[in-house]
Amino acid sequence: MDINQIRAQFPILNQEINKRPLVYFDNGATSQKPLRVIESISNYYLHYNSNVHRGVHTLSQKATDKYEQARQKVRQFINANHSEEIIFTRGTTESINLVAFSLSQNFLQQGEEVLISEMEHHSNIVPWQMACERTGAKLKAASFDEKGILNVEELKNLVSEKTKIVALTQVSNALGTINPIKEIIDYVRSKNGNNTLILIDGAQAVPHLSVDVQALDCDFYAFSGHKMYAPTGIGVLYGKKELMSQMTPYQGGGDMIKTVTIEKTEYNELPYRFEAGTPNISGAIALSEAIDFMLETGVNEIARHEHELLTYATEKIKTVSGVKIIGEAPNKAGVLSFVVDGTHPSDIGVLLDKMGVAVRTGHHCAEPVMDKFNIPGTVRASFAVYNTRQEVDIFIAALEKAVNLLR
Amino acid sequence: MTIQEAQQEIIDDFAFFDDWMDKYEHIIELGKELPQIDEKYKTDENLIKGCQSRVWLHAENKDGKIYYSADSDAIIAKGIISLLLKVFSGHTPEEILAANTDFINEIGLQEHLSPTRSNGLVSMIKQIKNYALALSNN
Ligand SMILES: Cc1ncc(COP(=O)(O)O)c(C=O)c1O
Repeated sequence: MDINQIRAQFPILNQEINKRPLVYFDNGATSQKPLRVIESISNYYLHYNSNVHRGVHTLSQKATDKYEQARQKVRQFINANHSEEIIFTRGTTESINLVAFSLSQNFLQQGEEVLISEMEHHSNIVPWQMACERTGAKLKAASFDEKGILNVEELKNLVSEKTKIVALTQVSNALGTINPIKEIIDYVRSKNGNNTLILIDGAQAVPHLSVDVQALDCDFYAFSGHKMYAPTGIGVLYGKKELMSQMTPYQGGGDMIKTVTIEKTEYNELPYRFEAGTPNISGAIALSEAIDFMLETGVNEIARHEHELLTYATEKIKTVSGVKIIGEAPNKAGVLSFVVDGTHPSDIGVLLDKMGVAVRTGHHCAEPVMDKFNIPGTVRASFAVYNTRQEVDIFIAALEKAVNLLR
Repeated sequence: MTIQEAQQEIIDDFAFFDDWMDKYEHIIELGKELPQIDEKYKTDENLIKGCQSRVWLHAENKDGKIYYSADSDAIIAKGIISLLLKVFSGHTPEEILAANTDFINEIGLQEHLSPTRSNGLVSMIKQIKNYALALSNN
């Protein structure tokens, strides 16, 4: 992997912030987009913008072909069995809401349980709370330890015949922990077979790891395009065909119907029954381009590079006095979360920005994680394929300066 | 000193700084020197919850003038609070309601008062005015 050649594909990186070269370490929030992804959007609007699945005319056919090719591309990327199992959504949040809403219509019932963990993003907590409120089901959560490692035994003990849904993140956005989801899925299956449905939040996993939904044997897998070099506003819900074809649609509207009379509607087939209204056509096409970027770069190469940066940054940050790393699981992806004694994360964030370094500060939409460590938030540096060791050096020097100013 | 004069004094002070480091060093210093708020006022009622940092604000009326005390868990926010209190505290409700916070722009700190920053400062200024409005009727 030639890092200069990679960086050249991300023109946004080549700029100064507060008179310093930009160091973009906020990839966990959203990654930058390579030129080819940006061009795929303008190319769509310049040459074949048209609505999908509707027109008989040439442009509509072309847009529809490209949109459906994007679905195929996603299918291959996560190794789903059928392309109908790929639903385009706005992102992880919408994907999870879709499942939580639909399952609360005719699957989840009073007295039953939904099991999550305490390291979930709010997107994988709140929709389940809402589903529980609607149905009278109960939400349970497995804890994690002081290193940020999920208590897998506790989680297993929480699985009972009442557990109808298990919803877990593959990688924690606040801690970086990679959870052993395969082991957990296998356990749930051995105990409850297919009576318990399993959803995996892959928002922070897909950008960094290669994912095979068939090998995992999860029922649903959700992720966002914008964290994996694609634009905002496009995401994916994978769901097993047998399940999805029985589920109640989430939203009603055009494209999701077969026939409509004022009395009654017959819903369309998968995947369209879950894609009401005009979809994000250019977004899906650009997501496909981003997948090509990742595949051509090599998903394992990306993972190796990011892991090297994480290891290097983790070693170097220990030399800064007062730093405590939040999340020290042996298996981590892309995220270095920390606090510094006697300083507030937002102060560090403001001063790093003055030195051109973009990091995220705050609770990272994972307040239960912060409560657990009894901290208001962390500073989070998160890496992508285009980051370099030299940027880590700049970041560490800037952090040292910030800490000195604040003490 | 009038509110106007207090603002001008701050603008003059900040004119000395020609790089961001000096400026922020000064703000951090101001934050450290901010008189301690009485712990009994650090209640949930006085808490302004931002996404990034928390701010507590208390106000009392003494002889027709309003005195504010405040605190934050973030030091840069605290430094800016110190500037705001220097300007607003100890004036009549009418004066406070008539004043603006343009001096913050002039000293180049407007980014901290952006409504989208969610550090509690924008809500704090609103709250400063709300207190003035509420206490002006007493
Ligand atoms: C683990 C995790 N889940 C869910 C989400 C929500 O993703 P989106 O905001 O793209 O819907 C995020 C994004 O921060 C995340 O990190």
